[in-house]
Amino acid sequence: MKILVCLCPVPDTTTKIAFGDNNTTFNSQGVTFIINPYDEWYSLVRALELKEAGTATAVHLITVGKADAEPVIRKALALGGDEAIRIDTDSNDPYVIAAQIAQYASAQNYDLVLCGKESIDYNNGTVGGMLAELLDMNYLGFVSDVKVDGNSVTVLREIDGGDETDSCVLPLVISCQKGVAEARIPNMRGIMAARTKPLTVVAPAAISSLSSIVAYEMPAAKTGVKMIAADNMDELVSLLHNEAKVI
Amino acid sequence: MSVIVLTEHAQGSFKKKSLEAVQYGAKIAAMMGTSVTAVAAGNVSNDELQTLGAYGAQKVLHVADARLDNFSSRAFTKVVLAAAAQEGAKVIVCLHDTTGKAVAPRVAARLQAGMVAGAVGLPDLSSGFTVKKNVFSGKAFAFVNITSDVKVITLMPNTSAVVKGEGTASVAALSVSFDDKDFAVQVQQVSKATGSVPLSEAELVVSGGRGLKGPENWHILEDLATSLGAATACSRPVADSHWRPHHEHVGQTGGTIRPNLYIAAGISGAIQHLAGVNGSKTIVVINKDPEAPFFKAADYGVLGDVFEVLPRLTEAVKKFKANN
Ligand SMILES: Cc1cc2nc3c(=O)[nH]c(=O)nc-3n(C[C@H](O)[C@H](O)[C@H](O)COP(=O)(O)OP(=O)(O)OC[C@H]3O[C@@H](n4cnc5c(N)ncnc54)[C@H](O)[C@@H]3O)c2cc1C
Ligand SMILES: Nc1ncnc2c1ncn2[C@@H]1O[C@H](COP(=O)(O)O)[C@@H](O)[C@H]1O
Repeated sequence: MKILVCLCPVPDTTTKIAFGDNNTTFNSQGVTFIINPYDEWYSLVRALELKEAGTATAVHLITVGKADAEPVIRKALALGGDEAIRIDTDSNDPYVIAAQIAQYASAQNYDLVLCGKESIDYNNGTVGGMLAELLDMNYLGFVSDVKVDGNSVTVLREIDGGDETDSCVLPLVISCQKGVAEARIPNMRGIMAARTKPLTVVAPAAISSLSSIVAYEMPAAKTGVKMIAADNMDELVSLLHNEAKVI
Repeated sequence: MSVIVLTEHAQGSFKKKSLEAVQYGAKIAAMMGTSVTAVAAGNVSNDELQTLGAYGAQKVLHVADARLDNFSSRAFTKVVLAAAAQEGAKVIVCLHDTTGKAVAPRVAARLQAGMVAGAVGLPDLSSGFTVKKNVFSGKAFAFVNITSDVKVITLMPNTSAVVKGEGTASVAALSVSFDDKDFAVQVQQVSKATGSVPLSEAELVVSGGRGLKGPENWHILEDLATSLGAATACSRPVADSHWRPHHEHVGQTGGTIRPNLYIAAGISGAIQHLAGVNGSKTIVVINKDPEAPFFKAADYGVLGDVFEVLPRLTEAVKKFKANN
């Protein structure tokens, strides 16, 4: 079984977000990039576990991004994985990202494609589903457990207000969230090995964007908290009813 | 030309968020001078289908195939594509939930339609087709302009209040040809919290953090939730320690919610937690530490011990409900 793990570089979770050019561009100055936590902690680690268990024969990593993404790709290689592919283009449009990955993956016969449930920067949760359609595969989203038995995969999948156990035959695209695996830290051996693992840069296919971000906005700041005495909950209820009008 | 909306139902009754999506689609249709068609899949009665008219649907297309009572992204994608083709859809609306997020991207990729995931407002048609959405896990908004002819939107639930109108919708059957591969996903087991409002749709949410000290104390939070008719949520360490089920965890790595009221008890207000809840209309924070960062993001704050404040608040709510 060949696995492809999609890795998205994103700003670190504690980044203070700022915009430039009259709020039309994200200001990445001084921002530390990491691998999207869903990708690094869950899908990548689960793929590595499947390889260690002998279920998977190959784990490839793929990123759509410019050269500045390479440090995080190397970090992923230090955790494990046989080789990495970087498609040399940058985009905010989920279709472009999915179509670039699909273009590469369609010739490679992957059995399992793993994504994160969403990227923590653009919060789309869209690339996995698009990939499934473009690769003509089934898709199981928001998964918190992945078991592989021969040609069949069983997952625990989040649904409205609960979860569902589904099974499906390969090939398959899965988007992963918490529960799928336990995050790992790269060790020295992994870091050394990563230096010599192949990181192939692939030229992007000609795919036009279908959307673009034209402006950003910060949420309106709260006007200040109104403190209510801990022994006066009638006052709080009255404010929630008369002032906030939420009950 | 039309707008189509994929609806969702639970055992044959439409979910509130689907009524919201139909209403949203109807508003877009009005802006574009066209009509909105709702699409329903699986077992729903004719009477229930017609009720969508009260939320602005002129027409409802129904694919009655019972296999659709189990969700399959491929099959639902075919349903939406068939409806879109028949209606000449220019805008396709799904919900930003586990169903919509599995269908809309497939539909968008198939149609090469630009997509906005998690819209929090109506599109602005004044120069193109621009939709506002959350980015950076609630730390900012982006305005995304879709440039393709057909547009796909997933709508964040609780973006606007649902108002019931007068209209009725005409119902027509839609036939879709499926193949076996569309139903290759087999549902083995479903486990759902029964009776309670799904968190993503709840208008009132009461949430607890590590300040509650342990799962044995959750009854004080549940009492408040029951008195308000609210859903319950929690911070990540609470779910990680198995005090509460994982689906209650909100924040950057959990659910994103936008209730009218979010009451946070014993939660510090870390940036990753705020990411999931700062779209809430009104935030109440109960914490014994005056320096808790959550107070900065709150509308109302109570400095005190949750073990004293929560029961008092529950009593006050009960008194209020009895008099109103
Ligand atoms: C990448 C990443 C992603 C994350 N994602 C999430 C996420 O999605 N959701 C999330 O919630 N967290 C997330 N976290 C964790 C987050 O950073 C915080 O650690 C977490 O939110 C803290 O939970 P808490 O407020 O319940 O606990 P604590 O930080 O321990 O806070 C407990 C609070 O309770 C108060 N308290 C204690 N006793 C009482 C009492 N008797 N009465 C009143 N108040 C009391 C304390 O003053 C304190 O403010 C993430 C972290 C990282 C690094
Ligand atoms: N630039 C990218 N390169 C590789 N994979 C990506 C990229 N962007 C998103 N993905 C994958 O798609 C998932 C969902 O991202 P999104 O649809 O952007 O929220 C991520 O967790 C990644 O697995």
